[in-house]
Amino acid sequence: MNDSLLKPLNDLETGERGVVRQLRGGREFTSRVATLGFTPGVEVTVVQNYGRGPILVTVRDTHIALGRGEALKVLVEVL
Amino acid sequence: MSKTEASLTIALAGQPNVGKSTVFNMLTGLNQHVGNWPGKTVEQKMGEFIHDEQVIRLVDLPGTYSLTANSEEERITRDFIIHEQPDVIVVIVGAPALERNLYLLAELLMMPVPLVVGVNMMDVAESNGVHIETHVLAAALGMPVEPLVASRNQGVHELLDAAIRMAENPTAFAPKRPAIRPEHRPVLADIKAQLAGQVPPPYPEDWVALKLLEGDTEITALIQNATQQAWGNIHTILLQHEDAYLDIAGGRYEWIGRIIRAAIMRPKPGAITLTDRVDRVATHPARGLLLLIGIFGLVFWLTYTLAMPVVSWLNQALMEPLSGWLRQVLFGAPAWLSGLVVDGIIGGAGTVLTFLPILVVFFAALGFLEDVGYMARSAYVTDRFMHWMGLHGKSFIPLFLGFGCNVPAVMGARIIEDRRACLLTILLTPLVPCTGRLAVLTFLAPAFFGRAAMFVTWGLVAFNLVVLALVGIAVHRLAFKDEHIAFIMEIPLYHLPNARTIGLFVWHNTLAFIRKAGSIIVIVSVIVWALSWLPNGDMESGLLATMGRGLEPVGRWMGLGDWRLIVALLTSFVAKENTIATLGILFGANSAVTGLAAQVAGVLTRPAALAFLVVQMTFIPCAATLAVIKQETGAWKYAIFNVGLLLVISLSAGVIMYQIARLF
Repeated sequence: MNDSLLKPLNDLETGERGVVRQLRGGREFTSRVATLGFTPGVEVTVVQNYGRGPILVTVRDTHIALGRGEALKVLVEVL
Repeated sequence: MSKTEASLTIALAGQPNVGKSTVFNMLTGLNQHVGNWPGKTVEQKMGEFIHDEQVIRLVDLPGTYSLTANSEEERITRDFIIHEQPDVIVVIVGAPALERNLYLLAELLMMPVPLVVGVNMMDVAESNGVHIETHVLAAALGMPVEPLVASRNQGVHELLDAAIRMAENPTAFAPKRPAIRPEHRPVLADIKAQLAGQVPPPYPEDWVALKLLEGDTEITALIQNATQQAWGNIHTILLQHEDAYLDIAGGRYEWIGRIIRAAIMRPKPGAITLTDRVDRVATHPARGLLLLIGIFGLVFWLTYTLAMPVVSWLNQALMEPLSGWLRQVLFGAPAWLSGLVVDGIIGGAGTVLTFLPILVVFFAALGFLEDVGYMARSAYVTDRFMHWMGLHGKSFIPLFLGFGCNVPAVMGARIIEDRRACLLTILLTPLVPCTGRLAVLTFLAPAFFGRAAMFVTWGLVAFNLVVLALVGIAVHRLAFKDEHIAFIMEIPLYHLPNARTIGLFVWHNTLAFIRKAGSIIVIVSVIVWALSWLPNGDMESGLLATMGRGLEPVGRWMGLGDWRLIVALLTSFVAKENTIATLGILFGANSAVTGLAAQVAGVLTRPAALAFLVVQMTFIPCAATLAVIKQETGAWKYAIFNVGLLLVISLSAGVIMYQIARLF
């Protein structure tokens, strides 16, 4: 897969879906979000993204709020 | 082994938001001890109950998403399981988020303790179109799985029976365990070969090997110390597989996917749930904020509308007759004894206790909002604003709790993972006006300002919040250098509130307040009375008057030339409500409480009254709050810094307010 197709999660608009392909950032961050279900290959839906403030996504049937800085480190392939 | 009288120890484990405490409360009721894990600032809940003539000890483990060493809660959970080895662990998972909740189970399956599973909130899942066949799940996992609706006490006893059967016959526990992905199996086998016989008991060898591969810092340090030559080899292997942990997490989710495939029926993708509909308003940046302000206002309106009549009723129907009766009973006794009991204890601690209804209603409202799932939304909506102070939304929750009492608010700051954000939240908490201060404010403001009282009251609350924001921004800029703090938070589904959960929330918080009133506040009421009475048996020439008069020059800068007002402020250090109690004692205890406010208003000009209220609202934290600040931060320096900071803020605010108000 071409890396240029990957977008950070906070570039997705409300209602858009994507598949997590890569996690950036330190080990503590990546292991925390992986535990919460953001492992490569999982599908996520952006429930809310108003361009500022934290974004709200669903992953594995749960709602997770992510700060914009955190969402930037989750790279997805848009569906 | 001294496990008290309990014949069985059952541990409750589960991720946050699965209703684990509802199960705990159902089983233990009021027979629970809430404290801290030894040496930690994590809440420990234990309880005992009798089931079929057997005494069972129930340990509520902290809610955790996994068993890494990333947080204190996770370390406590795994340490307890490894070192204390409970007879059985009851794992609570939530039906609406089954897949994610089973992640913890996948980790617990590597522990040397038998497990049973309770799938809670079956009703919530059904209403969201999720259907779960628990017997299919049980077959796939190879262990007992019971469906639960804990809030309605459905399935709890079946689950308990299953747990006890398992504890009595642990050899029957033969579950399917998650296997690591094929590409990592040789590596894991290598590590295990290197470890053979060198893992210090009681750590399970397989688990240690897996945790090493996951890069667990605590286990890595443990093995580095325990093994001599082997560590070099292990370390080399680990360096070549540094990102194995993501594959291991992914592998666990693949395993979970296979386990639940046949057991779960989901709604069509894109179905709109009730939670989604409510959240279109509740988490919207503008509408959500309006809703939050509305809810905030409603909580206060409800608190004071419901509680104030009870407070005045308590004063008129209970405290005043009690004082009168005691005065009669003690008629023949020495004057000092009657003074001590009636003016000191009843006038002091008694007055404070009459504010209890305010606290009960406030905590009930907050417990309700927490239980239905709203508090997480309030954190989400306020996140943007909290970032100005270098905090994130989670800090809003303890700060809001501070309006009830600063003591649980300081302890509530534990939910913030980042140490510096947690410290800053604690530092800011005393600027949230608690019930005690609000009681003083609402008691005095009408007498001071008449019709404008409402305006002044809200103005002063707003003033506190503005100061809080300014201090937060300043600390963030100056001390923390704008460092970014991660915001990652689960937003639970809305669900119906459970009366028992809310009741226990109110009970624990109120009990803490009563204990405080029963101990610290009684003692200080007596001391204040004694200081005012000694040495001549006359308040005008008492020790307290001398002290207050000594401080009059400072007071005069803000128009407070009356020593009694200064003393009232000083005694608020013991408990904020004491300001009223002290005024009650110093302005002559014979006057009914209703007359007191008018009497105080009589000695103050309006600018001075304003200054008095400003100082009162921003004055140093009370003794109990300082004690928990020390306890939570682990050092007196933070508590002392807090006192210094608030002393500067309150005195300068008082002086400035007085000097400005005098111009009009």
